[in-house]
Amino acid sequence: MTLRFTKLALFLAALVPLARLAWKALHDGLGANPIEFITHSTGDWTLILVLTTLSITPLRRITRQYWLIGVRRMTGLFAFFYGTLHFLTYIWLDKFFDIHEMLKDIAKRRFITVGFSAFVLLIPLALTSTAWSIRRLGGKNWQRLHRLIYFTGILAVVHYAWLVKADLRKPIEYGVVLSILLLYRVGVWVGEKRQQPAIPAPARSRAEVTKA
Amino acid sequence: MLIGKPAAIPSSEITPKATYLNRRSFLAGAAIAGAAAVTSVAFRDFVAPSLTAHANAKIDGLQKSPFSTTEKETPYKDVTSYNNFYEFSTDKEGPADLAKNFKTRPWTVTIDGQVKKKHVLDVDAILKMAAPEERIYRHRCVEGWSIVVPWVGFSLSELIKRADPLPKAKFVEFTTLYDPKQMPGQRTSVLKWPYVEGLRMDEAMHPLALLCFGMYGEVLPNQDGAPLRIVLPWKYGFKSAKSIVRIRFTDDQPMNTWQQSASSEYGFYSNVNPNVDHPRWSQAKERRLGEFLKRPTLMFNGYDQVASLYSGMDLKKNF
Repeated sequence: MTLRFTKLALFLAALVPLARLAWKALHDGLGANPIEFITHSTGDWTLILVLTTLSITPLRRITRQYWLIGVRRMTGLFAFFYGTLHFLTYIWLDKFFDIHEMLKDIAKRRFITVGFSAFVLLIPLALTSTAWSIRRLGGKNWQRLHRLIYFTGILAVVHYAWLVKADLRKPIEYGVVLSILLLYRVGVWVGEKRQQPAIPAPARSRAEVTKA
Repeated sequence: MLIGKPAAIPSSEITPKATYLNRRSFLAGAAIAGAAAVTSVAFRDFVAPSLTAHANAKIDGLQKSPFSTTEKETPYKDVTSYNNFYEFSTDKEGPADLAKNFKTRPWTVTIDGQVKKKHVLDVDAILKMAAPEERIYRHRCVEGWSIVVPWVGFSLSELIKRADPLPKAKFVEFTTLYDPKQMPGQRTSVLKWPYVEGLRMDEAMHPLALLCFGMYGEVLPNQDGAPLRIVLPWKYGFKSAKSIVRIRFTDDQPMNTWQQSASSEYGFYSNVNPNVDHPRWSQAKERRLGEFLKRPTLMFNGYDQVASLYSGMDLKKNF
């Protein structure tokens, strides 16, 4: 019951950035270059939501608030939603459906190449976000596939860093948060690796003890 | 004590009507400011534009210029609220507010290097060197957006002729004020300060090169490079140095700030050129502020009269 309420609240909260854009668009509030404003805003929120999604597992384990897993799919899907808006802004408002121009951009502009890749990697994750997909793929495979979001995070930060002219402060901020979230996973993985060979070791020493 | 005859109010306590009205408008202002602070960016963006009307002094006796375009001028509000001035902020919306209290007087410009005699000129003396003209120029940013601005000034050559450079002076270097107390952007190391730009002598002497101190018929707003800047309409915007304090004549090519920051991306010439892309993005098109679709970018931003300055040069190499 509380989870349903939390999810509803989260759902509405995640729509606020879009509502803000719509409100600004209707009230002449998007500034001198509205298309740039929309592009930057949807891009920012995609990255924020990717990082939010990546923070749920660490947060859940550290705070032992295990119910948090229940909101991860929604934050992930909202990341995909804003990523789609960001991509649509690019092909519609920026390139005006000039597919030829767009393909040239993707091949030639490395910041577009990595940004596009980050978005494409999210598509299979969005498509397999249902409970049915988890059953179909099996938990292990599903989890492996969904690790693609790590690469989306990295590519998205690189995309941001490569498009700014000189002021790298914001991409670095995102990069630091992403690094912490990924390093946590490396830490967990290393911890698990260490524990695995440690299991037969005491068995052997016990054997030695009995021999002695 | 609470219940009693109301005391007579001495006339000295009665607020004059004007003060009272002032107080009301102050309260209204405070309410707007408070609301803006509380509701953050969203609300402020609607309120601020109406509060920032033209605040600058008119410049009289403007002459029309044959160099002016007849294209539609970009609204004053856009030109003054969306521009790059890294000395104040790397956000394009930042300089308008951060430059509000920037002091543009007293202001002197040092003219030195390869000149017969070093000069330290008061900016007001420079403004009187020639009759002010209105020049409506296209202005193209290296980032891919453009504006049309009615600048006020006169040809840079008027100043250079009076500065009397030596024959061996082949280049001119412009330096922007360095004052981190007034210019918060200079407290960061986003670029190497002070900002330096440069031109070849023949570029600087070209009649299109404008020494600028106003726009839209008024004194230049602080965020657009007051009190004195240059405007080079055939080059990307960053070549047009703002808030200039020093003009130095040299015999070797100056190292301009953006070239120093990323020499593979920004060269010395930086002429608007749709055929030479920025390494990371295309320069073939631009978004004119206020227009929905991008328009094609023109060679030399449409100022073909400068082409002869670069005849025989490989503009792909000399970008």
